[in-house]
Amino acid sequence: MGKFNKSGKKEMPALNTASMPDLVFAILFFFMVTTTMRSETLMVQMKLPTASEVQKLEKKSLVTYINIGPPMDANLGTGTQMQLNDRFAQVEDIQNYIAQEKASMNEADQPLMTVSIKADENTRMQYITDVKQALRQAYALKISYSARQGEN
Amino acid sequence: MDVDSGLARRLPPPPQSEEETSVEVQRRNLLVVLVNAQNEILLQDQQGVVVYANENDLEGGGGRSAMKDVIKSFVLNEANNPSLPQLIEEDFGAPIGIVPVTSNHVISIQNDATTRYSAYIAVQNEVVRAYNELREEGSRKYFGTSYEELTEDQKNQINKLYPQRISEAEPKNYGGE
Repeated sequence: MGKFNKSGKKEMPALNTASMPDLVFAILFFFMVTTTMRSETLMVQMKLPTASEVQKLEKKSLVTYINIGPPMDANLGTGTQMQLNDRFAQVEDIQNYIAQEKASMNEADQPLMTVSIKADENTRMQYITDVKQALRQAYALKISYSARQGEN
Repeated sequence: MDVDSGLARRLPPPPQSEEETSVEVQRRNLLVVLVNAQNEILLQDQQGVVVYANENDLEGGGGRSAMKDVIKSFVLNEANNPSLPQLIEEDFGAPIGIVPVTSNHVISIQNDATTRYSAYIAVQNEVVRAYNELREEGSRKYFGTSYEELTEDQKNQINKLYPQRISEAEPKNYGGE
């Protein structure tokens, strides 16, 4: 009876790939859930001051950040440093930085550009004042003093 | 997503010429808020001076009123006091109508080179708080609801009634440390 055919070679059964898409999607969703959008890595420490009357900064694409505080790396000392994008910068660099950020924006959005000053609460005002003057020169007139919501 | 929040402010455009552009402000219209190198806060208008020892002292007490109340009475000048800002009648449209307001007042926030940033922010916050409370009161008085519930047009009316007239002065060095 042909049912018991012993002459044929034994073949390995084909691997069942029906569940492969499930696995691929499971992995894909895992990465989608766990990935956070990369924001710039902070190189300065800052403890933002608290304020009770803060407003949320909407439209993230219109906001440019200036981080001010002592450097994270203790080897660099404890003096106040400023971080623009991913590197340390001097107050004189602000104008170029603002011009660059403005250029990368939609023309209609340029007047709405807001600069968020994120400074450590122990910063001396001299530094902030210099930054403010530089921003004025760069015509970035809408600013926001970044602060944590809290009771004062 | 973490959303950044802060105190929004508008800087004046850079001075056009080399010589400093200064605006004449009548003495009675000016309230000077000075945060000095020791982080002490001085409020000075033509009525006199109020001193707060540090940023945690802004609530007042001991015979002094809270900083925000000083600012509110300065902006309102309800009694038409000649040493507080001048009242000018202006039309704000229905339902506010023509009311006298101190449209020329200026709050000048000044700081020293070594002032701590947190003290400066605390002062800014207190000024904004005073304005917010004025707007809230105005909204309750004229529209019968809280400021948050007004339409955009109504908010603009209230904002015109109590405009934030804050000047951030150029730095001066008042006897460092």
